[in-house]
Amino acid sequence: MADVALAAPARAGAAPWARLAPRVRRHKGAVVGSGIIAALALVALGQNLVAPQSPTRIDIVAALHPPDRVHPMGTDQYGRDVYSRVIHGSSISLVVGFISVGIAATAGTGVGLVAGYYGGRADGLLMRIVDVMLAFPGILLAQAIVSVLGPNLRNLMIAVGISGIPYYARLVRGSVLVAKEQLYVEAARVVGVPARVIVIRHILPNVVAPIIVAASLGMGGAILAAAALSFIGLGSQPPTPEWGRMLSEGRDYLRDAWWISTFPGAAIVLTVLGVNMLGDGLRDVLDPRLRI
Amino acid sequence: MLSEFATSPEQIARMQAQLHLNEPLPEQFGRFVWGAVQGNLGESIRDRRPVRAEILEVLPATVQLAVTALVLSGLLGITLGILAAVRQNSWWDMGSMVVALIGVSMPSFWLGLLLILLFSLYLGWLPAAGGGGLEHLVLPACALGAGAAAIIARLTRSTMLEVLRMEYMTTARAKGLTGAGVVLGHGLKNALIPIITIFGLQFGSLLAGTVIIETVFGRPGIGRLLVGAILYKDFPLVQGVVLFVAVGYVLINLAVDVIYAAIDPRIRYG
Repeated sequence: MADVALAAPARAGAAPWARLAPRVRRHKGAVVGSGIIAALALVALGQNLVAPQSPTRIDIVAALHPPDRVHPMGTDQYGRDVYSRVIHGSSISLVVGFISVGIAATAGTGVGLVAGYYGGRADGLLMRIVDVMLAFPGILLAQAIVSVLGPNLRNLMIAVGISGIPYYARLVRGSVLVAKEQLYVEAARVVGVPARVIVIRHILPNVVAPIIVAASLGMGGAILAAAALSFIGLGSQPPTPEWGRMLSEGRDYLRDAWWISTFPGAAIVLTVLGVNMLGDGLRDVLDPRLRI
Repeated sequence: MLSEFATSPEQIARMQAQLHLNEPLPEQFGRFVWGAVQGNLGESIRDRRPVRAEILEVLPATVQLAVTALVLSGLLGITLGILAAVRQNSWWDMGSMVVALIGVSMPSFWLGLLLILLFSLYLGWLPAAGGGGLEHLVLPACALGAGAAAIIARLTRSTMLEVLRMEYMTTARAKGLTGAGVVLGHGLKNALIPIITIFGLQFGSLLAGTVIIETVFGRPGIGRLLVGAILYKDFPLVQGVVLFVAVGYVLINLAVDVIYAAIDPRIRYG
């Protein structure tokens, strides 16, 4: 009996998703953004088929070759095909973006749920930690974390992820404070549903919309931050075909070989543009109050 | 830092004692905090100089860069935002918002390299690297400020759109005020609060963003100091710089709160 009554809000929460799909499809920006992301994901999945060469194959004779038919984006200082490296870089950037945002959103949601639902000391302690983290501009915190963990791609994702936690924690805590006063939560509490179950089964589904909006808007920032840290040598290490790293490696050859830095940069812009357009679209549809 | 040289157990022990590594962690932390509140951030490992001196030496260059970028992004962002809002749904509106979207999506370091490529290497108008006079400031400030300009433009547009629909705007027009007077005198003034908030936040990000831009343009500054310290594992310098920037960031946000009350007398604290 209790189960049937209490499951209702969560099911009602699922219904709006079905209603939202057509609205997302009507949003031009969201459609273009998802198109870009889908195309990039396909390229990333089929990178071995799409890329004409291995991204790490060195051919000194062909070094610093300008773009032509064989090398559509030219070659770098080691004669590696820039086009193949850009293609292989797509999977790295997408994975870095997803995992960093995944870490930030999951941990941040956990902190926000606990702080918001339980309140009291747990709330005070967690929110003070969050306040301290917010005192550091995002990329600076990520740098400090990388400096402790050591520069490589895995630590980069952890660092960018951790530096994003406070935003989600605050967002979720705010939504939980509203949601926990709702009648269905009170009803669940009255019939003796344990707090853990209330938080996960009844509150979480009802605060998920702002989390999705924040995650989709935060993805572009995470990809940019990761590329920036790799650019200054605090992320992926050679010979990984990571876009930020490639840009930095091409810097010394800018005068004679503009293509080494230019194409990976364009790839970053395209990816982040796609993610941001999709994020803007989801925000307009899911949570128009956040619109700026 | 010892690992590159042949080290004896005595040397390692001496180094550990010198850096207080034998003490329990809370004691080490307490020592750092006690020093920090007195303005002593320790000594850098590489140069054996006080961290505070190293920071203060390069601070002016970074502040100069961040402030120039903020002014540029404010001027550009607010102008674009107002024009887009006043001519909502026009080509002008669409165009400036597309530029803003690209600006938000573009890595500052790539824009920096493109600016170097165009204005330094091809046209030869401005220097590509180094610190110094105004000509060294133009390209880094543009590269750093572009993202902030885009964010400010988007926010200004949406805030202005809200304000322009208010009744006091109609009243002001009914009194006979002209277009520009209404938009700037009545509209912008009331749209300023959220814009100033984002200004404060952006100044913090710009300060942090100098890390990347200083590396691109080979400018001396806090950012390059930090990157060098991280790569050299010079931890006292890393924690000193990070703490310094964080305190600066908090103080800027405090200043923003104070400015609110000055602009909007309805806001009172305490």
